[in-house]
Amino acid sequence: MSKNKEEKEPLFSAKNMASLTNPFNKNNPVLVQILGICSALAVTVQLKPAVVMALSVTVVTAFSNLIMSLMRNSIPARIRIIVQLVVIATLVILVDQFLKAFVYDVSVQLSVYVGLIITNCIIMGRVEAFALANKPWPSLLDGIGNGLGYGMILVIIGFVRELFGSGCLWGYKVIPEWCYEHGYVNNGLMLFPPMALILVGFIIWIQRSRNKDLQEK
Amino acid sequence: MEALNIFIKSIFIDNMVFAFFFGMCSYIAVSKSVKTAMGLGVAVTFVMTATVPLNYLIEQYVLKKGALSWISESLVNVDLSFLTFIVFIAVIASFVQLVEMVVEKFSPSLYNQLGIFLPLIAVNCAIMGGSLFMQQKAFANAGLATVYGLGSGIGWWLAIVIMAAIREKITYSNVPKALRGPGITFIITGLLGMAFMIFSGIQL
Repeated sequence: MSKNKEEKEPLFSAKNMASLTNPFNKNNPVLVQILGICSALAVTVQLKPAVVMALSVTVVTAFSNLIMSLMRNSIPARIRIIVQLVVIATLVILVDQFLKAFVYDVSVQLSVYVGLIITNCIIMGRVEAFALANKPWPSLLDGIGNGLGYGMILVIIGFVRELFGSGCLWGYKVIPEWCYEHGYVNNGLMLFPPMALILVGFIIWIQRSRNKDLQEK
Repeated sequence: MEALNIFIKSIFIDNMVFAFFFGMCSYIAVSKSVKTAMGLGVAVTFVMTATVPLNYLIEQYVLKKGALSWISESLVNVDLSFLTFIVFIAVIASFVQLVEMVVEKFSPSLYNQLGIFLPLIAVNCAIMGGSLFMQQKAFANAGLATVYGLGSGIGWWLAIVIMAAIREKITYSNVPKALRGPGITFIITGLLGMAFMIFSGIQL
C-alpha cells in the first residue's frame, strides 16, 4: 500500500480534476493515445448509436478502473491480463443485456461492436496505465474522463457524418427541403467507412496544430 | 466452391481493417516498418485461423440454445448464449498464452522477434471481431469457419503490410507538421479503404 502518500486528499483536488479533464484535450484517448479506434468509427454513421456507444464505454471504463484499482494489490502480475479480461467481459455482458432490454433497436444496430468493447484498447490501456498504480477514487475519475473523451470524438464524427451523409440529426431531417430543390445533394460517401477514418485524420490535424507540443518531429 | 467464396470475400470485400476498422490500435501503432508488420500479421493470421473454429465448436456444442442436448435430452432448453463474450475472450486469451509458451520453448528466435506483439494479440479487436462475426454469419460447419478465420487474418495481414510499406516511403515526404504520425496514417487508411471499396460490388 502507498502509505507514504498523504492519506487525506480532497475529493476534487487539482490532480484528480486533471485526470478527469485531461482526456478532453491534451490526453484524448482517441486523438493522442490512439486507443479504441476500432469501435469509434464503425458506430458513427448516425448520432444515436454513437451516443449510446459512448455511454456504454464510459460505464465500462469507469467501473473496470474502479474494480481493478480495488483489487490491484491482490493480483499476481503474471495473470493480471486474464483477470482484467474477466472483469471487463463481465461488465460488457451487463451493458449488453441492459441495451437489449431497454434500447433494443440501437442494440441491433451496434451488433458485434458491443461485444468488441471488451477488446477496446481504451479500457485495457487505462487499467494497465492508471488503475493498477492508483487509488480507487482517482481511477474512477480517470475512467469517466477517458470514456467521455472517447465519447466526445464519437459524437463529433457521428454529427458530421449524419448531417452531411443523410441530412438528418438524431433521425430527424434538419436540412430543409428547399435546399434539395435548389440542387443540394447528400454526400453519400460520408456513410461509407473510409470517410470516418479521414475525418479522424482531420480532427487530429486540427488538434495538433493547436497543441504544438503534441506534434511529431 | 462456397469455401473459396468465403475466403475471397473475407480478404477483399469484408476486409477487417478497411470495412470494419478491426484491430486499428495495433494497426496504427505497429505499421511503422514492414518487418514488424509482417511479424504481427503472421501471428494474427495464425491465432485467428485457430480461434475462430475453436469458438465455432464451443458455440455449436455449448453456448447455443439447445446446444447442450448432446449430453442429455433434459438440457434442450438451456440457453447459455449470454456467456458468449466471456467464453470467446477466455478462449482467445488462453490460446494466445499457449502459443506464446510453445513459441518460447521451440523457437526462441521467433519468440524474440514477436516478443511484445504476442500478448498484445489477445486484445486485438480483429480476433474477437472475427469470432463474433463468425457467430453472426452462422456457418454450416467448422471447415467454413476455419476458412473464414484464415481469410480474415490474411486480409488484416495484407492491410498492415500495405500500410507499413507506404509509411516507410512517406518518411521522406514533406507532410505538414501537425499531420505527421497518426494523422496522415488515418487519411491514407481512408484512401486505401476507398480503393478497397471497388471490390464491394463483386457478387460471388
